[in-house]
Amino acid sequence: MRLFCFALSGSTVTIYLPIAELSVNIFIILGMGAAVGFLSGMFGVGGGFLITPLLIFYNIPPVVAVATGANQVVASSVSGAITHFRRGTLDMKLGSVLLVGGLGGATVGVWIFSWLRRVGQLDLFISLLYVILLTTIGGLMLQESLRAMRKAKLNQPLPLRRPGQHNWVHRLPLKMRFKKSKIYLSAIPVVTLGFLIGILTSIMGVGGGFIMVPAMIYLLRIPTNVVVGTSLFQIIFVTAYTTMVQAATNYSVDIVLAFILMVAGVIGAQYGVRVGQKLRGEQLRALLALLVLAVGIRLAIGLFIRPQDLYSVAVGGIGY
Amino acid sequence: MFSRFVLFLSLMLVPATQGLAQIPMGEPSTGKEGLDIGVSTNEIAITSDFRGADLTVFGAMTNADDLLLAIGNYDIIVTLEGPRDYATVRKKERIFGVWVNTDSMIFEQVPESYSIASTRQLDDPTQLPPINTAGVGIEHLALNPTGYIRDVGELSDFRAAYRRLKLAGGLYQKEASGVRFVSSSLFRASLRLPANVPDGVHIVRAYLFKSGTLLTQREIPLRVVKTGLEQAITDTAHNQPFAYGLLCVLIALVTGWGASIVFRKD
Repeated sequence: MRLFCFALSGSTVTIYLPIAELSVNIFIILGMGAAVGFLSGMFGVGGGFLITPLLIFYNIPPVVAVATGANQVVASSVSGAITHFRRGTLDMKLGSVLLVGGLGGATVGVWIFSWLRRVGQLDLFISLLYVILLTTIGGLMLQESLRAMRKAKLNQPLPLRRPGQHNWVHRLPLKMRFKKSKIYLSAIPVVTLGFLIGILTSIMGVGGGFIMVPAMIYLLRIPTNVVVGTSLFQIIFVTAYTTMVQAATNYSVDIVLAFILMVAGVIGAQYGVRVGQKLRGEQLRALLALLVLAVGIRLAIGLFIRPQDLYSVAVGGIGY
Repeated sequence: MFSRFVLFLSLMLVPATQGLAQIPMGEPSTGKEGLDIGVSTNEIAITSDFRGADLTVFGAMTNADDLLLAIGNYDIIVTLEGPRDYATVRKKERIFGVWVNTDSMIFEQVPESYSIASTRQLDDPTQLPPINTAGVGIEHLALNPTGYIRDVGELSDFRAAYRRLKLAGGLYQKEASGVRFVSSSLFRASLRLPANVPDGVHIVRAYLFKSGTLLTQREIPLRVVKTGLEQAITDTAHNQPFAYGLLCVLIALVTGWGASIVFRKD
């Protein structure tokens, strides 16, 4: 409660983050959370992939940024998942199978994370992963939305993208019936997808919805109406699990930072949703694509330009 | 409180100076010079609005020779050393256009923070060499590498980088002429603790030099503690990480769930 006192009294604008071990301007963190929350509400994404790079740009140690980002995604996914559960657009069984892979992936991911931290390559690896993912996905989204905008201009009806009901994924064994999604699908690609997303969650501090949703639609051919709710369901559990494991192994979840981000984020998201409803779908996607590309490019520049100092110092020796 | 202490000290010192005045000029004073120090506080609390702190160290020289004092032959250096830990310095190199950490060196047990105040500019070229050998000052801190060293020739580069980065990050500070004489034998040193000061036991050290030779030194521990909520959070995070993680998740669940209730439209 003391946190509130400091924030409201206005006597000071800095707040000490006990785990990140530094003082930050509380309004910058609130603004960051609100802005990302706004965007996540507007575009229907979790926002973890924006929060983590922003925190890193604001000099929060990447170790803390990633673990805290995962914690923040739990909060932003819960309200979305509840809405989908009420509407009945959440496939529990499919979500649970995804979750099996997700928990395994998150475990492996935290192990990789700790190892990279020990050998001093963590920051580079986080940046590289972000650059690859953000520029690829941003590029693909931009291309797709521009094509849709051109089509809309020519008044052509948008083709329903469901070419061919079956691909190689549907010939795999271990098939299961998912009643809610009305599909009969092998558990192997579902668990594998969950596993890969789980790794990303623990290394990048993202929910992974921005990869999982397209993969579920285009690769697994899961009906679009259950995709978002189901992915949110699995994201809650994988990010919650990642938060726990990061807290236990790297002691890097900053509860104060996470709480400020969460509160600002869920409020910002409400306004984002309202603005999002007024904008056209393809315009919205083009905007999001540009944003994703911008963050990716900003991180890429950081990798290629000569750092101000070639040396860096970390407290602790090998095996800390 | 400080002024009262000064008054107290000066009252005590009056007889001593009167006694010294009777000694003819130029004749060395009998007895060895001594040093006493006190700190304005022995505990610094890191609160949620912590933005760094100032520490005042005051002290008195005893049995000082007036003539040597007048010509400035006494030097007082006050340092504040943070808790010691290993430090890893890494060096980046360009690989396929990307800057990658390729080389590293670990220094054993170096202070995480270090600030220094002195009566004179320490990097003054006229500074007498014995001060340099006493291991006092950022340039003279022992930086001993440990473990496997790939290239001994690079050692000096890594040491220089360590000092440069620590200074740039504010954890190492040198404040030249931060020690001021309040009277002929009373002095006051101001040291600055940065906002990112590590918690733990710090050590305040005062060194007295005569003509560049270390005469005596005194030390006082200073505890830097996280207080209240900060302390509770750090303790829980490290001692009960599972419970802490669970709490983080619960807070997130409640925040998300609360938002879905507060902003529910139907």
